[in-house]
Amino acid sequence: MFQVGLTHFLVVSTILFSLGIYGIVTRKNAVMVLMGIELILNAANINFIAFAKYGNFGLNGQIIALFVIILAAAEAAIALAIVLNTYKTFSNVNVDEIDKLKE
Amino acid sequence: MDFYNIIFFLFALITIVSAFIVVTSRNIIYSGFSLLFTFFGVAGIYVLLGSDFIAVVQIMVYVGGILILILFGVMLTNKIVDVEIRTGASHMLPAAIGVGILFGALTAVMVFTGWKSEPGLVPQTTTVDIGKLLITDYVLIFELLAMLLLVALIGAATIARREKE
Amino acid sequence: MSESLLINLSIIILFLPLAGFIKVVLFGKKFPKLYLLEVAIISIAFALSVFVMYSKLAYYNTKDIIGAFTWISTGNAPFSDVLNIELGIKIDNVTVIMLFVVNLISMLVHIYSIEYMRGDKRYTRYFSYLGIFTFSMLGIVLTHNLLMMYIFWELVGLSSYLLIGFWFEKKSAADAAKKAFIVNRIGDIGMFIGILILFTSYKTFTFDTIFAQIAAGNLPFGSSAWLTAAGILVFMGAVGKSAQFPLHVWLPDAMEGPTPVSALIHAATMVAAGVYLVTRIFVMLTADAMLVIAVVGAFTSLIAATIALTQNDIKKVLAYSTVSQLGYMIMSLGVGAYVFAFFHLVTHAFFKACLFLGSGSVIHSMHHEQDIRNMGGLKKKMPVTYWTFLISTIAISGVPLTSGFLSKDGILAGTLAFGKLTGHWLIPIIGFTVAALTAFYMFRLVILTFHGEPRDHHKFDHAHESPLVMIAPLAVLATLSIFIFYTPNPLSPDAGWFMSSWVKTPEQVTPVDTRFDFLKPSAENIHGGHHGEIVHSVLYTETMHWAHYPAMILSLVVAGLGILTAFMFYQWKKINVDKLIENKFTNALYRGSLNKWKIDEAYDATAINGTLQTGSGLSWFDQKIVDGAVNGSARLTRIVSKISGWFDTYAVDGFVNFTAFFSGFIGLSFRKLQTGKVQTYIVLVVFSVIILLLFFKPF
Repeated sequence: MFQVGLTHFLVVSTILFSLGIYGIVTRKNAVMVLMGIELILNAANINFIAFAKYGNFGLNGQIIALFVIILAAAEAAIALAIVLNTYKTFSNVNVDEIDKLKE
Repeated sequence: MDFYNIIFFLFALITIVSAFIVVTSRNIIYSGFSLLFTFFGVAGIYVLLGSDFIAVVQIMVYVGGILILILFGVMLTNKIVDVEIRTGASHMLPAAIGVGILFGALTAVMVFTGWKSEPGLVPQTTTVDIGKLLITDYVLIFELLAMLLLVALIGAATIARREKE
Repeated sequence: MSESLLINLSIIILFLPLAGFIKVVLFGKKFPKLYLLEVAIISIAFALSVFVMYSKLAYYNTKDIIGAFTWISTGNAPFSDVLNIELGIKIDNVTVIMLFVVNLISMLVHIYSIEYMRGDKRYTRYFSYLGIFTFSMLGIVLTHNLLMMYIFWELVGLSSYLLIGFWFEKKSAADAAKKAFIVNRIGDIGMFIGILILFTSYKTFTFDTIFAQIAAGNLPFGSSAWLTAAGILVFMGAVGKSAQFPLHVWLPDAMEGPTPVSALIHAATMVAAGVYLVTRIFVMLTADAMLVIAVVGAFTSLIAATIALTQNDIKKVLAYSTVSQLGYMIMSLGVGAYVFAFFHLVTHAFFKACLFLGSGSVIHSMHHEQDIRNMGGLKKKMPVTYWTFLISTIAISGVPLTSGFLSKDGILAGTLAFGKLTGHWLIPIIGFTVAALTAFYMFRLVILTFHGEPRDHHKFDHAHESPLVMIAPLAVLATLSIFIFYTPNPLSPDAGWFMSSWVKTPEQVTPVDTRFDFLKPSAENIHGGHHGEIVHSVLYTETMHWAHYPAMILSLVVAGLGILTAFMFYQWKKINVDKLIENKFTNALYRGSLNKWKIDEAYDATAINGTLQTGSGLSWFDQKIVDGAVNGSARLTRIVSKISGWFDTYAVDGFVNFTAFFSGFIGLSFRKLQTGKVQTYIVLVVFSVIILLLFFKPF
């Protein structure tokens, strides 16, 4: 009898993670890079919760996931503020053109 | 194939397809709305894993907060003349190959590792216990996160503030 | 009337003057009229002290009231016993009488000063100083332990310093203040060591506990010699504060302060603190210590009286008279006449304060003229001042019907008894000599100031009687110099309430074999007398009775002689003073007395000059030897540092420069990797992860 198990959830999270990496690497727009990061965070959260359930860790995994969500919110706020500032300075948000620190 | 499995595949499909659209769509607005479905799909997976509280938080914070923030970011950093806002992409093929290798490696890890799988009893509703844990074992982290959110709030406002020139 | 009420009232009395001080410090500049509040505060304190005295004497006549709390408790520190330091107050009959005296004189001086100090630019500050002085003095009076005694002891020293140097623009006043402070320190060092001897032995500062330990045969370091030493060392504090020889030199100079201050501090109260201290530790004095005390007191009273004979400054005469009378009290304690010493302390406080305030009245009306050679004839111009001054002079000379007669007679009887019992006849001889000298110089002062013809007509014409606020205190103090306040029988103090019930000689706690014979408890007392009531042996009491009438007659004779001589010299001019001065033999004595036996000069030559010489010697040592060594080592250091500088420049710097160059080279090579593009970095990370996975081969 086929039953969905731990591995299935892990594979889903792996796919999400890989798509996130792909988005970060290929897209120029900083906001798109942010979206990729959110995907990666979601993938990580799925792992936490899946391991919590199948590894019999009680609620600890869920609480870590909760903290990750909170951190993601803070990170998104800061990151978007930085993006706005960048836009003010360079008039665009293409990450491959913002390399002033190199010089 | 029982009902559980069907639901799982349904949510997994929604999640993966919408995530694929997020990273491949040339229209950033489409990407944003696609991300909405990804988050919903992930929330569904959480429910399947027995974390009802986290699922609700996922919807409230991600959909209600982060996604809105991202959309604002999109609006504020583009000169909107049209619904279609295009963004460029680069090195798509090498990136696809590299990510493919990574995916293969990670999947191999996930599939071939002999996980000890012993699903424990998941409580019917987790909210009460999470609440108790938050103010007992995790109270320090909880307080620190409160501080962090405050700092992030002030910091974001300060960074994004328009300078008077 | 409960005991705690008395304790609380005493604490209020103690802190009221301090409240006045704080008030002036905080608001003095804003409300210059607040000195009236100061006077009101001290009056309230006086009223309370009258109440406390009455209650104590009427209801708790034989009981000591003690209120104390533990201030510091060290618990069980390693290597030491449990240490409890108590603060507290002890109210016995001596205390309440002192409370009354201090507050009364302080109040009168406050009132007097309203007029005397009017127009001074530091008017409010003056009253604040008076306030802190009164506070400190009351602290000494009330304390039940040596630690607080020492603290308040230094506080009165401080306030005395501030008040002597009140007109610090005058160099002489500033110098006098410094002198008083430094000379007092010498005595206080001794007192401090004495206190520490007692503290080390008994782990407590509390009087009663220390005395109980001594009475239990528990001697400091197990030896009665240490007890004697402790007694003499603590007595050193009294030597400084009460201006006993050889530390008496500060008191005459202290007359640079305002005259009301001289009356309050340097005549009536603070200098009496030394005597008060000796009364407090009286019970632990061994025979040897008491003999030292008696000799010091006798010598002081003699030397000060001889100096007072020839002084021309009205305040200087009174100052030396004060030293002499303090010596009397100390001597009296030394010979064991405890009650009379304290009695004399009280009576002397009143008539000496009266004399000083009277002299202040004279100085005030003569526009700050202090030389009695420029006075004379003031009797008509200042009748009230004259009569009060005369009454006090009669009192201090020991003429019957005055308080001074009673107390002095008691002291002289005590010395006579002491002479008979121990064979130290010199002490009563000095005592009677001083009595004669006192009568002489005091009447000389009165005659030169008030009698005869005015010698400075200009100043005499401007002289006038002082206003009411100045002469009222004089009248009060002069009234208190009359016998009726102390005893109904003007010839014998024994019948008086002061002697019969208020103050009793406390029982000695020292080991029996270290006491004078006459202070040992007699056989019947040991068996029959109830505890705490043993006063003196029958022998002593009998001898005192025996000494009473001879002493009285003798003191009357010598006082009469002194007064008569004074009148012969200065009033009737039967004996030409100038001729006497020119005589070769008497001239030497005259010059010696006028120059205060050159004691100040001797100190200058020995102690002060010695210190200066030592200082310059040390300075020479510093400059030549120490500086030479320092310079030599500096030169050596320069040579060493030159070598090490060369090494630094070439060896160390070369190495550092090479490292920097090498790092720069490496950095330049790797710089190419830094594209500045975030995505490049992410790609690198992803590939690193893949390589790691391959490396660890987890699948």
